[in-house]
Amino acid sequence: MCGIVGLFLKDPKLEPKLGAMLTDMLITMTDRGPDSAGIAIYGGAKDGLGKITIQSAHPEKDFKDLDGDLHDAIGQPVAMLVKSTHAVLEVPLAQMEAARSALAHLRPAVKVMSAGDSIEIFKEVGLPKDVAARFDVAKMKGTHGIGHTRMATESAVTTMGAHPFSTGTDQCLVHNGSLSNHNGVRRELKRLGMTFETENDTEVGAAFISHKLQTGETLGNALEATLTDLDGFFTFVVGTKNGFGVVRDPIACKPAVMAETDQYVAFGSEYRALVNLPGIEDARVWEPEPATVYFWER
Amino acid sequence: MQSFDLGKEGLRALNSSLHALKGQTNMTAWEVINPKGAHAIAAGVDAPVDITVRGSTGYYCAGMNKQATIRIKGSAGPGVAENMMSGTVIIDGDASQYAGATGRGGLLVIKGNASSRCGISMKGIDIVVHGNIGHMSAFMAQSGNLVVLGNAGEALGDSLYEARLFVRGTVKSLGADCIEKEMRDEHYAILEELLRRGEADHKAKPEEFRRYGSARKLYNFNIDNASSY
Repeated sequence: MCGIVGLFLKDPKLEPKLGAMLTDMLITMTDRGPDSAGIAIYGGAKDGLGKITIQSAHPEKDFKDLDGDLHDAIGQPVAMLVKSTHAVLEVPLAQMEAARSALAHLRPAVKVMSAGDSIEIFKEVGLPKDVAARFDVAKMKGTHGIGHTRMATESAVTTMGAHPFSTGTDQCLVHNGSLSNHNGVRRELKRLGMTFETENDTEVGAAFISHKLQTGETLGNALEATLTDLDGFFTFVVGTKNGFGVVRDPIACKPAVMAETDQYVAFGSEYRALVNLPGIEDARVWEPEPATVYFWER
Repeated sequence: MQSFDLGKEGLRALNSSLHALKGQTNMTAWEVINPKGAHAIAAGVDAPVDITVRGSTGYYCAGMNKQATIRIKGSAGPGVAENMMSGTVIIDGDASQYAGATGRGGLLVIKGNASSRCGISMKGIDIVVHGNIGHMSAFMAQSGNLVVLGNAGEALGDSLYEARLFVRGTVKSLGADCIEKEMRDEHYAILEELLRRGEADHKAKPEEFRRYGSARKLYNFNIDNASSY
C-alpha cells in the first residue's frame, strides 16, 4: 500500500494552516503504511536566501556549531533551525553550492533531504503522528505540500528510504506502487550524471523527473515521460517550487482521489484523507484517470 | 428508522448491529450518517432491510450483500458491492475501481461513472452504470449483465465468458475474445427491465445499445491449437 496526501493552495488565507491540514490528512492515512512517514512543505522563498534541510543520526554531535563552521567555510552568515534529527540551514542563494560542498566536508555523515528556495523535507521511520509531532509540522505554513506514509516493499525501512525523495532543487516526489525497471533506469541516469542515495525504486522515479526538468522539459512533459519509460505500478505526486503534479500508470491499481475548490487542489490515496478539508462537501471530487498527467502551477 | 452516527459509534458497532438482523427483522429502515469515506460500511448484511448511507464511502461498502437495499448518497471507494449475492446497491455518485467485482447476484446501480475493472469476474450480478466505465471492465466476466449508458474504456470484456455487455456510447477497445453481437428480442427485453430497475429508463432506450459478448474462442478447447498446449 502506502498513503499519499497533497495540497496545493490557491487561497493565501489557508497558507498559515498548510502544515496542520497536511498533518491531519496524513494521520488519516496511517493504516496504509506504518513504516515511515515524511512531508515536504513549500514555505515560500525569502529574498536572496535558500534552504538546505539536513538530517543526521547523531544530531547533537553533527549539528553542534554547524552554523558557525559553515559561516567560516563560505564567508557568509548561515542560520540554522534544529528540529529533532533534522535541521534547516538558511544560506545566501549564491552560496548554496559552496555550502553543500562545505557540509559534505565538515559533516560527512549528514544527509541532505532537500535544497532550494522554499522546499523543506522532514522524514523519519515511524507513524505519521509521531513523525509530524517530532518536526512540529502542524505549525508550518506554506503554499503547497506533499505527505507520504510508507509500507515498504522494494527496499529497507530507513530514514533515507522514506518519502518524499528530492533529487533536484525545490523538487520532490512521493510514490505509491513499485517500479520494476528501476535498476536499468538508475544505471542510465547515473551514466547521465545523476547521483543516488539509496537502492530505492522511488528515488529512481524522482531522479528520472529531475533529469527531464534539468534538460529543460516542462513538468507536464517530464510526467508524461514516466508513462513511456517507467515500468511498474505508480501513482506519483510531484512538487516543484511553483507546481504540483499527479500521474498514475496505465493500469492505475494504486488508488487516488482528488478534490478541487476555489481555495485548493487536494490529493488523497483515499477520500478519507480529504473529508475534513474546508468546503469538501461542495468540492469537485474525482479519480485521476490512468495514464493522464495533471498539474497545477502558480 | 434506525439512525447510526458512524463518527460516534464506529464501524464495528454498525456492522455487528446489521449482522445481528439475520434474515428477519422489524427494523427495516436504517440511515448511516458521517461515513467520511470509512471502509467496509454495511458489508456482509443478510436481511431484507433498506440502508441509506449519507455521504461517500471507502473500500468495500456493501460487500457480500444479501437481500438488503443499500443506497449511497455520495461516491463509493474501491470494491463497492464486491461479491454481492442478492439485493440492490444504488450509488448516487461515482464508483472507484472494481465495482461489483465477482458479484453473484443482485443489482448494482451507479448513477455517476465507474472507474477501471467494473464488473471484473462478475458471476451473475446485474450492473447498470448511468455514466462511463473505465478500462478492463468485465474482465473474465462469467455471467450476468453489464449495462453502460455512457462509454467504455480500453479492453472491455477481455477473456470474457458468458456475461452480456450492453454499451450505449463508444467502446475504446475490446479485450481479447470479446466481440460485438447482434441485439435480439430477448436482449431488448433484458435491457428494458434493467433500465427500469436501474432508474435509467428516463435516460436511455434499449434500441440505443450495442451488445458485446464472448467469441468463445479463448475458453473452449480448440483441437486446431492442440500443439500449442
